[in-house]
Amino acid sequence: MSPDKLAYMANQIANFFRTRPHEEALAGIADHISSFWEPRMRAQFFELLKTDEDKFDPLVREAGTRVRPVSPA
Amino acid sequence: MSLIKETDYGTPASRSEKTVTLTIDGFTVSVPEGTSVMRASAELGIQIPKLCATDMVDAFGSCRLCLVEIEGRRGTPSSCTTPAEDGMVVHTQTGRLKDLRRGVMELYISDHPLDCLTCAANGDCELQDMAGAVGLRDVRYGYEGDNHVKARDGVGGTNALWMPKDETNPYFTYDPSKCIVCSRCVRACEEVQGTFALTISGRGFGSRVSPGMSEDFLASECVSCGACVQACPTATLTEKSVIEIGQPEHSVVTTCAYCGVGCSFKAEMRGEELVRMVPYKDGEANRGHSCVKGRFAYGYAHHQDRILNPMIRDKVTDPWREVSWDEALSFAASRLRSIQEKHGKEAIGVITSSRCTNEETYLVQKLTRAVFGNNNTDTCARVCHSPTGYGLGQTFGTSAGTQNFDSVEQSDVVLVIGANPTDAHPVFGSRLKKRLRQGAKLIVVDPRRTDLVKSPHIRAAHHLALRPGTNVAVVTALAHVIVTEGLTNEAFIRERCDWDEFQDYAEFVSDPAHSPEAVEALTGVPASEMRKAARLYATDGNGAIYYGLGVTEHSQGSTTVIGIANLAMLTGNIGRPGVGVNPLRGQNNVQGSCDMGSFPHELPGYRHVKGAEVRDIFEKAWGVTISDEPGLRIPNMLDAAVDGSFKGLYCQGEDILQSDPDTKHVAAGLAAMDCVIVHDLFLNETANYAHVFLPGSTFLEKDGTFTNAERRINRVRRVMTPKNGYADWEITQMLANAMGGNWNYSHPSEIMDEIAATTPGFAFVTYDMLEQRGSVQWPCNEKVPDGSPIMHVDGFVRGKGRFIRTDYIATDEKTGPRFPLLLTTGRILSQYNVGAQTRRTSNVLWHGQDVLEIHPHDAETRGIKEGDWVKLASRSGETALRATLTDRVSPGVVYTTFHHPDTQANVVTTDFSDWATNCPEYKVTAVQVSPSNGPTDWQERYGEFAAQSRRIEAAE
Ligand code: SF4
Ligand code: SF4
Ligand code: SF4
Ligand code: FES
Repeated sequence: MSPDKLAYMANQIANFFRTRPHEEALAGIADHISSFWEPRMRAQFFELLKTDEDKFDPLVREAGTRVRPVSPA
Repeated sequence: MSLIKETDYGTPASRSEKTVTLTIDGFTVSVPEGTSVMRASAELGIQIPKLCATDMVDAFGSCRLCLVEIEGRRGTPSSCTTPAEDGMVVHTQTGRLKDLRRGVMELYISDHPLDCLTCAANGDCELQDMAGAVGLRDVRYGYEGDNHVKARDGVGGTNALWMPKDETNPYFTYDPSKCIVCSRCVRACEEVQGTFALTISGRGFGSRVSPGMSEDFLASECVSCGACVQACPTATLTEKSVIEIGQPEHSVVTTCAYCGVGCSFKAEMRGEELVRMVPYKDGEANRGHSCVKGRFAYGYAHHQDRILNPMIRDKVTDPWREVSWDEALSFAASRLRSIQEKHGKEAIGVITSSRCTNEETYLVQKLTRAVFGNNNTDTCARVCHSPTGYGLGQTFGTSAGTQNFDSVEQSDVVLVIGANPTDAHPVFGSRLKKRLRQGAKLIVVDPRRTDLVKSPHIRAAHHLALRPGTNVAVVTALAHVIVTEGLTNEAFIRERCDWDEFQDYAEFVSDPAHSPEAVEALTGVPASEMRKAARLYATDGNGAIYYGLGVTEHSQGSTTVIGIANLAMLTGNIGRPGVGVNPLRGQNNVQGSCDMGSFPHELPGYRHVKGAEVRDIFEKAWGVTISDEPGLRIPNMLDAAVDGSFKGLYCQGEDILQSDPDTKHVAAGLAAMDCVIVHDLFLNETANYAHVFLPGSTFLEKDGTFTNAERRINRVRRVMTPKNGYADWEITQMLANAMGGNWNYSHPSEIMDEIAATTPGFAFVTYDMLEQRGSVQWPCNEKVPDGSPIMHVDGFVRGKGRFIRTDYIATDEKTGPRFPLLLTTGRILSQYNVGAQTRRTSNVLWHGQDVLEIHPHDAETRGIKEGDWVKLASRSGETALRATLTDRVSPGVVYTTFHHPDTQANVVTTDFSDWATNCPEYKVTAVQVSPSNGPTDWQERYGEFAAQSRRIEAAE
């Protein structure tokens, strides 16, 4: 999907968790993405985090490392 | 098989817990206090002659046929209006009563045509029955005097008392010459349906039943629910199908396939021909009532557009070619397998249907998990109630609605948010209105003045007409009032909820930034109204919340659902009759399709695929390995298709091209696939992009179960042979087997057994049980063997109820100079969802096209008049339709439905979606409206393309 749309979706998730305590917010975001995003989307997400970090909310960037990695098919 | 005859007890049952004991014709009977003598005697099996009484409405006491004698009382009171009392001694048949009754019948018959042999009600006429019951042998008066029977007065003039038939309603006829003015129809319309369309006009001998102000039925307020037809004891109001076919000879109980109310019906048959649908009194969802769709709109089942043979084609630009089932299935199987070889296991997936049965849905998700080897399954619930799943799951521990429909009879305050039950869930709407007429208070939160806000004998205490997209702000402000004014139910919260989370939430909502005053400018709702509404809900007895797509289809849909759950927990309105949080689900089996594991991240019973124990259950049952990765959701599938990594789709009973947002994006996704299999009744819009078409069967042609919005599992029963040859579950099984699935179910009951064995909430459900009990509400297992009418009775499913902060975040779909208006969408009574079925029935008489509702003020500044063609444009596209001027919508807001493909309202909606579930934001789109000459280029081009792609090659 378009990088903008993917980043937009991740940032929307961060918005919901923003009012939580920091630790909890990071865990919440990472868990949400791990549970609901199909590996293709997560792969693109990791890729974008590397190449175009600025698209993402700082909370998403920080939570990124905790998102379930994609195992090579 | 025989015709199911339900006992008519004459008057409604009494709810009293006190009983009284009396003697009728020498037999003793005990009945609840308040029961009529007529009903008490019917309980004994003694039928007192009657005409104006029937147990769906309150007694009226006008026909004087049901007279009885009571020892120690003078005269002959009518048994339908006389309450049974302790120690009463009643005689239902004496010489005096016989004479009186014959006299009454003689008068009735003297003003009634005697064409019984050719009358449509012959065999099903209470007047005939009563003439027989009282032993009427001759009638001393002729038609010479005043009568309603003859068009001519016999001496050359016209008879002013005579009225012609009213045939305007497409489904039933009104023949005034046969009317006995018992007013059963009038009372049914008032008490059962709540529409008040009928009156008795005139007095005495001149009195007549009349729709509205002497209008015809079609032009009146009548919504064609048919309750009056069912109540009518004579042939005056009769289904046209009965007039055409004749009386039915057997009947089968089944479930409506339209909406989430899940009404039970008797399908009354003559051979394999359906004569009529009659709502079933024992149906616990509908209690003998129905709406126009379920009762009358079944004609699509034999519409000429229905496709009955499988078809395939190489490219979507080719015409369709009719082939054998074998050829179609092996074509589909080999395409799907070769896609997987080339592009990987994950390159194909399925969409399950919320219109098909639980058993069919279960098989479709099993197909992708067990045969395709991935979790790419999703369902149309994605586009309606997925936020309910997330929101209620997080707060209560389960996504299910908490109440049964009967619960509303004990509510004191009803809060309806973003739902229009009188149109979208009509039978529940009628039951709700009945309760409101008894005095329950109503709060409506909706941008539009829905029918509920003000209808006969009902007026909402508060209508919070918020700006579309500000639900979270309103719900949070209501919570602010409840918390800061000390209206919370602390005992409930301490006992049932997580106290720390509550305190955190209380601190959050108490912030003055969340007060009604602070958000008034944003939401457009006067702060004082909001405060009053919050106080009413929190303090006026049992508070129940019902909500619909106006809550979920927003970028903050899940957050609003959480906010609603918070409101119920704050006020302790959970866990008993009369309260609760109830999502009004759209399609007939959307609850079931979610339960059955249609979502890509969870197996049946809402268990995430990452759980090894859960996968283990299914791996053992199916003998396969199940992926522990979530699959693609519908919008993700389409994105992946455009990116080239998703190539094949099996879509059962859904029309995603018409129902999903941003039509152009959906079309691009479908066009990028190599194998789209559409399994449906008609060549729907999605089929324009399909390579394989598998003809589906209707609910009349198969066995199975539907689960309604109150978690009730209802049986669907086959009443005729599938015209296409197979029930849908058989077709999915054939496709699975063509791909090596090796399934061999021989009846849907075996599929239910597999569901029960693998899914804890269904553990005790079997077809035998449903046969005995009629229906059951899940969970139904060891802990609750009789099912669960009300959830969270002794504590929440997740343990402690969980409060979660609900921060309002404005949608990015904002109005601006180019798109200054907000479009919101909805549905209307006579049509259903994308309309594929209802458009193919006479229901089009009520709704021939989608129209745009616009406030007169907005119309005037744009030079738009009533009925003009207008162009509706948004950032994603434009379409044209006709406008209607109404103050139901506020200035700045426009509204339309999405029932017709030529309107394609979803060309206009954008691809913004709920943050948690990707449920599309249908309910808010920034638009501009301007005068236009007619359909847009896109509509015309699409129309041509659709016609092209529906071509079917003549078979050689
Ligand atoms: S069909 Fe329903 S709405 Fe119409 S008059 Fe009869 S009861 Fe009333
Ligand atoms: S139309 Fe039927 S139900 Fe209505 S008053 Fe006449 S006979 Fe009775
Ligand atoms: S459409 Fe809904 S309310 Fe109408 S009959 Fe069917 S289930 Fe009942
Ligand atoms: S049935 Fe009792 S008065 Fe008509």
